[in-house]
Amino acid sequence: MKPILEMRSITKAFPGVIALDDVNLTVKTGDIHAICGENGAGKSTLMKVLSGVYPHGSYDGDIVFEGEVVAFKDIRQSESAGIVIIHQELALIPELSIAENIFLGNENASGGVISWDRTNRQAIELLARVGLAENPLTPVMHLGVGKQQLVEIAKALSKEVKLLILDEPTAALNDDDSQHLLGLLKGLQAKGITSIMISHKLNEIEQIADAITILRDGRTIETLAVAEDKVDEDRIIRGMVGRDLEHRFPEHEPEIGGVLLEVRDWSVMHPIDGSRAVIKDVDLTVNRGEIVGIAGLMGAGRTELARSIFGRSYGSHIEGQLILDGKELHLKSVHAAIEAGIAYLTEDRKALGLNLLDDIKRSVTAAGIERLRKGLTVDQREEVVVAERYRSSMNIKTPTVNEGVAKLSGGNQQKVVLSKWMYTDPQVLILDEPTRGIDVGAKYEIYGVIQRLAKQGRGIIVISSELPELLGLCDRIYTLAEGRITGELDRGEADQETLMRYMTTSTHGQEVGR
Amino acid sequence: MSTASNMKSLLRGNVRQYGMVIALVTIIVFFQIQTDGVLLRPLNVTNLLTQNAAILILAIGMVMVIIARHIDLSVGSVAAFVGAVAAIMMTKWDMPWPIAVILCLALGAAIGAWHGFWVAYVGIPAFIVTLASMLLFRGLTLVVLDGATVGDLPGGFEAMGNGFLPEVGPDTDLANLTLVIAALLAAFLVFLEFRKRASAIRYNFEVLPLPLFYAKLAAIVAALFWFSYILAQYRGLPIVGLILFVLIGIYSFVMERTVVGRHIYAIGGNVDAATMSGVRTRRIDFLVMTNMGLLSALAGMVTAARLTAANPKAGTNFELDAIAAAFIGGAAVTGGVGTVVGAIIGGFVMGVLNNGMSLMGTSIDWQQAVKGLVLLAAVAFDVWNKKRTSVGGGAGSEDTTTTAPPPNDLVDEIEQASLPGTEQVAKT
Repeated sequence: MKPILEMRSITKAFPGVIALDDVNLTVKTGDIHAICGENGAGKSTLMKVLSGVYPHGSYDGDIVFEGEVVAFKDIRQSESAGIVIIHQELALIPELSIAENIFLGNENASGGVISWDRTNRQAIELLARVGLAENPLTPVMHLGVGKQQLVEIAKALSKEVKLLILDEPTAALNDDDSQHLLGLLKGLQAKGITSIMISHKLNEIEQIADAITILRDGRTIETLAVAEDKVDEDRIIRGMVGRDLEHRFPEHEPEIGGVLLEVRDWSVMHPIDGSRAVIKDVDLTVNRGEIVGIAGLMGAGRTELARSIFGRSYGSHIEGQLILDGKELHLKSVHAAIEAGIAYLTEDRKALGLNLLDDIKRSVTAAGIERLRKGLTVDQREEVVVAERYRSSMNIKTPTVNEGVAKLSGGNQQKVVLSKWMYTDPQVLILDEPTRGIDVGAKYEIYGVIQRLAKQGRGIIVISSELPELLGLCDRIYTLAEGRITGELDRGEADQETLMRYMTTSTHGQEVGR
Repeated sequence: MSTASNMKSLLRGNVRQYGMVIALVTIIVFFQIQTDGVLLRPLNVTNLLTQNAAILILAIGMVMVIIARHIDLSVGSVAAFVGAVAAIMMTKWDMPWPIAVILCLALGAAIGAWHGFWVAYVGIPAFIVTLASMLLFRGLTLVVLDGATVGDLPGGFEAMGNGFLPEVGPDTDLANLTLVIAALLAAFLVFLEFRKRASAIRYNFEVLPLPLFYAKLAAIVAALFWFSYILAQYRGLPIVGLILFVLIGIYSFVMERTVVGRHIYAIGGNVDAATMSGVRTRRIDFLVMTNMGLLSALAGMVTAARLTAANPKAGTNFELDAIAAAFIGGAAVTGGVGTVVGAIIGGFVMGVLNNGMSLMGTSIDWQQAVKGLVLLAAVAFDVWNKKRTSVGGGAGSEDTTTTAPPPNDLVDEIEQASLPGTEQVAKT
């Protein structure tokens, strides 16, 4: 098959950094082509070059699309050629309807007047193509992330796309929605649409991709044909990190002690709709030195459970007992929760975890700042010592701790947030998606930190959408479905199938599986 | 360190910091020439200070409100209202002026707390709450004053607005005390700068090259002496100037060195992240609005004292000048960015423009128009400069592998620091 796209020796430099160095990419017509690489390898930059975000002339090398050399000056030009990119952060406007979003910037209008008839009719057709049975007049904010992703694809289809680029399309999706999305990509492939997919989820790549190009440090390492080369996850990882990652999890001998945290009959109502139960009669224990996982599909109430425990930062009418180290706690605020020795690393790093205007040292001490109080002032010398100590012990890669956190990569930002919580010296750490959007190398380091924290006798709760992560890391895993605990599995008895079965159990009148 | 390219990048990085100072100096030079030297005559400089003191006091509170991502439109009306109440207290009720001042400061804080209640605990945007108060307190001012101007205020009170520091020491034609204060202040600032630099070097942070650092120090000292010398030629530092400088010192300290200041920047930068880090955001919102009320009261009394009367129109447009000062001084509309000193410089930019154009005989209407354009230009410059200095963005700017070693002096301390979670460091 002829290639639809060839990118030839693309080089792109930023002041002080060469982001892409002689990168070559060839995508065959009708393929699903995956691009893999650690964060900072240059994947997103390459896609920005392709889609005209970085205009022709700001990079070296040629882009050949459908046999012709193209020179896009902006996204509009690449879109009119049939290249559509769907970014990791969705670009939908929450208040507008599905139909309005699909045709935003591309309105069905004559003389500036929109034909809603035609808009809605076409929206229905497009939604049918992506398998989304929703009223096109529904505001996008009422949809879950999975469905929003489908709306984005419908939007791309409305532009008569030939080459669809998806940047981490399943990063925010649960397994069900991910599978649906991947199925949809296969379906589009059958209709002749070529896709480029950037993803950290190697199992998905293995499942769906026809070819894989691996980037490392701004260079093309290799392009693999999945079927011929018998590619598996370990093979991809080897290419990405340039070394064998024998084990994806560091060695760990758990030393589990007595009961540390108990949650009993925990029930939480929806913060606005006080009659809707989000969490129902949850019982949960965490022992000293234990890493406990919580598995659940999107919407099962994982984050809601964690935040309701963390100083009632979510929900209303919270009932139940919270017992830490034998003492019952009545936490009314996040502040009180931190003082009691609970820490919660938020799922959304940029929106809830960091003040992106701040530098590293201030970010590290943001939650434990009371420890730096010296008289009236903040002890700024001690603050540097603290930040430097965590920089070296967490291996945060930065010139100085005076640098802004916004400049760091995802993995390093996450290490900063972890440091912030470590500095509050918590007895219980709740980690909500601790490795989301982080490259393989940094993941490994963060797993090591989590294990180290457990070794010190702290109790750890890990919430994750990636089941292999829970299986590799946790000593015990609870499954959550529709706000109830539906299962509890020890390390030995847990596997993906069992977890998935419990996670999808309908909970009404069901016995807890054990 | 002293290569030309290094120097260039250093200067570029600091344009934002010094840009407004340069703008202020440029404006001063321009009007000094245009007015044939009238601008910097001792009397005029003294007037510049006393006339703008109220706005500058408000600008201090306003920049804090803006950093905390709010706004306060009511400060002009609140200032007028408190000024009116103070006048009534002293003239109609024969209250001693110090007691009236204290009560009125409390009244201002109470009004600010009222705003804080609605903003922090009910969740109404500050724009709405203070817009309501802008109308409410302008109306109440008219009620309190019965639509008339109330004058005949006690001398001690009036000194707050137009008094000067007392003469001390030998008779020198100059106001001695003012020069002594300037010398002490200069010594203190130089000491602070040296200390800041020493600690930055100890932590391996970027510092100005030594010649530039000395140039900066010299500029600070020279500006201070020159300013105090001009003031001393007339009647010395006005009392309101002293009040202002003390406030600048206190609030800079609060914003830079205390936990509360840290929290104000934190809620402005990302309120959700601050909440999830245990910052009691409502308390901080409440505090910031309350403080604004307190400073509005002070500004109102200073204004009444300077005009030797409370009048129903006092403080009109104060809110806009204070907000403009904060933004010209580098505060960000979205919160989280700004400094007290920046707002003061922004206030002086507006003040010098007013004063200079008045001296040139420019009519009020054109003054307004020019001020509007200056505000826009200042913020546009800031936005443009921010875009220019941010490198790449997105994946391209992700971390380079450069990792500086920890600061030499602190290596041992850092290694020995026993912090939670860092025990038994396992190298992988």
